[in-house]
Amino acid sequence: MEKRKTGKLHVITRFLKGNLHMFVLVLVFSMLNTVFNSLTPQIVRISVDSVIGGEPYNLPGWLITALNLEALRGSGWQVLLLAGAAIMVTAIISGLCNYVSKMEMAKGSEGFVKGIRDQLYAHIQKLPFSWHVKHQTGEIIQRCTSDVEVIRNFVCNQMVEVFRLVFLIALYMGIMFSMNVKITLVALAFIPVIIGYSGFFYSRIAKRFLSADEAEGELSSTVQENLTGVRVVRAFGREKFEIQRFDEKNEKFANLWIRLGRLMSAYWGIGDLITGLQILTVICVGVMSSVNGDISLGEFLAFVSYNSTLIWPVRGLGRILSEMSKAGVSIDRVAYILDSEEEQDPADALTPPIDRDIKFEHINFSYGTGYPVLKDVNFTIPAGKTFAILGGTGSGKSTLVHLLNRLYDLPAECGRITIGGVDIADMSREHLRRNIGMVLQEPFLFSRGIADNIAITREEVRHEEIREAARIACVDDSIQNFHHGYETIVGERGVTLSGGQKQRVAIARMLMQKAPIMVFDDSLSAVDAETDAKIREALQEEMGKATVILISHRITTLMQADCILVLDDGKVAQMGTHQELINQDGIYKCIYDIQMNSEDRKELFSEELPESCKYCNKAAVK
Amino acid sequence: MRYEEQEFTKSFDIKIWKKVLPFIMNFKGILFMVIALNLFCALADIALPLFQRYAIDNFIEEKTLSGLGVFAAAYAVVIGLQALSVIFFTRGSMKIEMRLGRDMKKACFEHLQTLSFSYYNVTPVGYILARVMNDTNKIAGLVAWNMVDMLWASSYVIGVFIAMLLLNWKLALIVMLIVPAIAVLTVYFQNRILNWNRKVRKINSRITSAYNEGIMGAKTSKTLVIEEKNAGEFQELTQEMRVAGVRAARLSAIYLPLVLFFSSLATAVVLAKGGNMVLDNLLMIGTLSAFSSYAVGIFEPIQQLARNLAEVISVQANIERVAGLLEEEPKITDTPEVIEKYGDSFEPKKENWEELKGDIEFKDVSFHYPDGNEEVLSHFNLKIPAGTTVAIVGETGAGKSTLVNLACRFFEPTGGQILIDGRDYRERSQLWLHSNIGYVLQNPHLFSGTVMDNIRYGNLEATDEQIIAAAKAVSADQVVEKLEKGYQSDVGEGGDMLSTGEKQLISFARAVLADPRIFVLDEATSSIDTQTEQLIQNATLQLLEGRTSFLIAHRLSTIRQADVILVVKDGRIIEQGTHKELLKKKGYYHDLYSKQFMEESAQRILA
Repeated sequence: MEKRKTGKLHVITRFLKGNLHMFVLVLVFSMLNTVFNSLTPQIVRISVDSVIGGEPYNLPGWLITALNLEALRGSGWQVLLLAGAAIMVTAIISGLCNYVSKMEMAKGSEGFVKGIRDQLYAHIQKLPFSWHVKHQTGEIIQRCTSDVEVIRNFVCNQMVEVFRLVFLIALYMGIMFSMNVKITLVALAFIPVIIGYSGFFYSRIAKRFLSADEAEGELSSTVQENLTGVRVVRAFGREKFEIQRFDEKNEKFANLWIRLGRLMSAYWGIGDLITGLQILTVICVGVMSSVNGDISLGEFLAFVSYNSTLIWPVRGLGRILSEMSKAGVSIDRVAYILDSEEEQDPADALTPPIDRDIKFEHINFSYGTGYPVLKDVNFTIPAGKTFAILGGTGSGKSTLVHLLNRLYDLPAECGRITIGGVDIADMSREHLRRNIGMVLQEPFLFSRGIADNIAITREEVRHEEIREAARIACVDDSIQNFHHGYETIVGERGVTLSGGQKQRVAIARMLMQKAPIMVFDDSLSAVDAETDAKIREALQEEMGKATVILISHRITTLMQADCILVLDDGKVAQMGTHQELINQDGIYKCIYDIQMNSEDRKELFSEELPESCKYCNKAAVK
Repeated sequence: MRYEEQEFTKSFDIKIWKKVLPFIMNFKGILFMVIALNLFCALADIALPLFQRYAIDNFIEEKTLSGLGVFAAAYAVVIGLQALSVIFFTRGSMKIEMRLGRDMKKACFEHLQTLSFSYYNVTPVGYILARVMNDTNKIAGLVAWNMVDMLWASSYVIGVFIAMLLLNWKLALIVMLIVPAIAVLTVYFQNRILNWNRKVRKINSRITSAYNEGIMGAKTSKTLVIEEKNAGEFQELTQEMRVAGVRAARLSAIYLPLVLFFSSLATAVVLAKGGNMVLDNLLMIGTLSAFSSYAVGIFEPIQQLARNLAEVISVQANIERVAGLLEEEPKITDTPEVIEKYGDSFEPKKENWEELKGDIEFKDVSFHYPDGNEEVLSHFNLKIPAGTTVAIVGETGAGKSTLVNLACRFFEPTGGQILIDGRDYRERSQLWLHSNIGYVLQNPHLFSGTVMDNIRYGNLEATDEQIIAAAKAVSADQVVEKLEKGYQSDVGEGGDMLSTGEKQLISFARAVLADPRIFVLDEATSSIDTQTEQLIQNATLQLLEGRTSFLIAHRLSTIRQADVILVVKDGRIIEQGTHKELLKKKGYYHDLYSKQFMEESAQRILA
């Protein structure tokens, strides 16, 4: 697989683009919020020192004049009211800043994550079919959900939070230094200890967390296996054994968490202790400085208050930093999907008419490095005719259809497929697929109403048209019998249709496409012979000028085709009309005789299956 | 049947909590310790501002340092003790959480082993799994942490009130006036935030299903050229998510600043009013500082109380779901007399078990499934002497497994009797019958573990030699040989690392090892390569030997081997007889057989 390597940063910046202004606002307003929050201890300080303590105002001169503070010196009550009002004003402003930054954050992060989700979904839709075959659904979904969530958390919470915390620490440290260098140094001495200790514990906790998480996964799959295998458990009478096995895992899971709990308890307890000691030290040093006259009482109070506001973010920082290191893996996992190459039509892709002859010219094909599936296959499907293909499991018949529809592309030098003389490799995939209607053997229905499923390829559609398609596919009656009729939801969240019903709904869906080429890939296998005949009859009238490709191993289905191709081990074994083929020795006649010749059948019913076929010399039983 | 997330109950309901009480009572002692330690923590949290008060009033105001050492030591002792109690309460809470969860899981799991197939048939595995794992985790977490947190928060708040009242009752009353405002605000917002978060979670799970569908249906989307349409619809969904996400965030963006506003109001009031009291010498300045610490400090616990209360209410839904599982009655139970004599599924009394010969008789049996009203069997009679092979044929979904379900007592007849060795099978224990059954499923279920473990499931006492012999008897050794580590190879979850054919051979070996008197085979419909197919044919012959067998058959060779063929259509048995008799009849069997014959012969020739 070709792979463009994209840097981690690129993945993030790509989706930040449209939302960048919001993130800028988030940063600006959370900074403002921090600044206004830092004012409250100052207000308290001045009130304590200058109003209660009667010292000169330690404030910028303009502010003293503006508030006319000197004049109010006599009336402590009024200044205190003013201080209270000042606290309220800063609270309101910082509240507003907080609101704005939170809202911008929500908008930015929702926009960011929506961008990733949409891009991933659209990209996965466009990835080649071979990519889908290679990757497991659960794994891809995991990347699209959990990993995206980790990235969102990283960009929108952790990065912003780290920025905010660093700003807060810098600001508070600045203020504290400006108040008293000695106490600040004492206070800061603890910070490396706290960050280091959080990081240390956190990486250990993360490790134990991983093993505890795995134990939970194991326990969960034990339960799941017991539930899905309930028949086996009961049939062998193994309930007791199952409980023992479950108990073991359950006990292990609980114990791992309890062990993890021990580590966490130490982490929290020691964290509290260090923080407490730091505060105690600051108080003691503060008390000493205050008694020595280095700082005033108000400064002491402000200092203690700044210190306790500072110490919690510092504890958080260690944790966030060690959590952030995990995001790299998630970014890589998402980038892997985004870097996989999409199916892409060149700008000059052709869109010729599709209702022409289809030619398979010397096709050789194998999946990956494996065994060749098609070997020099060469034939023409005339426009407007019905063309049938007979072949066993693994004979390559579905591969022919995959190639025609360009679910797989033919490599160079492996032959070509043309429609009306134009190589399909030069055509737009969208144009090609739109004009080829396909019904797969195991059709996939989307979980929505039946009517919506049938009309999925069309924009505006009359209900009558949908019913008409369903009627042709002989499924109208079954649908009418459902509780909600055509509005019945199918799939995961609704009713389960039988294999035959699904196939018929898929046929109706294909008919709505009104494509000039229609392919039925063994698509009536789950329908009984009678209904099969009925559907084909109804289709006959409807198909008109369409080219029809039928794949089946029921002779009754094949015999009306204008031309029948017998595919054997990746090679064209026989080709011709039904009449021609039953008049020549070969696989077709062989199967025809077994399936259609009643004389033979009577004999065979009481005997074993034929050891070998007298016409084609192939061993019937291996 | 649809299983959607149930709506949450809106108010506290003590009746629901009584259902988990028996589980909690096992941890009385440790719970008591955790509560005591939490009370101590709250007490220490209340004491710390008083230390600050002491420092201001006795050192700074008095301008002396004498006693600072004692002060620091006392302070250090308090925070040391507090740290210790945090350590022990965390350990205790973790123990409660995990052990409580473990006990509830165990109870659920044990109960599940007794529930009948009628329950399993209508309940998706994911739904049960969520009860056993997630709901129990949630409940245990709540009891161990949130409830304890609430206790801490409420005792802290009460303690702070008492402390404030003692320090200065006038100022205390003013601060307390603000508390109801916060409480009202919190209750109002918490409910709304919770609702929006629930909406966000719902949309989120729809996004996950959309991814799932987009990936599973990729081939179909390509052939229909609806990739862009799908992407467009997906964008509508993510847009819905974006709007809901922003709405949910707006609520908390309003709520938090409002709480902070009230908290600042308290500080402002304390400063203005308290400062004035200090000026009038009615209050010590240290007390003022303690007050402002308290005024700021009580807001977080109050919010926490409200958050936890909302949690407590929302966890009631989890409790109801777990209780629902535990209260689910097994539809098939042994009578007390039977248990008395033969023991139950966990404590069998094997010494009283009679040997099972394998005569089975359906006597006037009527049956309908618990989730349907239509009778699928009415007054059905069939004698199956020991050693008989019964084949059941019919289209997919015609109800071929009904008879097997009845014979194995996975379901019991709604009328009539089923006799085994001449006695109604309800007179013997389920385990007695099940221990005599060998079952090979269409899509065989293996358990994660080695091949050896999986075969041993048939007989837990078997030696390695016996296991290898069993594998040889059904040619499963040929599968094992191809595996890298032979019998010690891991089969993956559900046996996913093996093909269906290989899994079936392993499960044959498992059945042989059990040496059952009754053998049930549900043939695989999916294509199996010719060589494995041949091995399976031979293994089947081996297993049928001398056993009463039920074959849910898809292959002609299997069908022809049967002594009796039962033909099922639309859930009813419409024809019955030997292969020759049925063919002569030219009825439904003849049609089915011809169709099967066509497909099989064509496939064989083309293979």
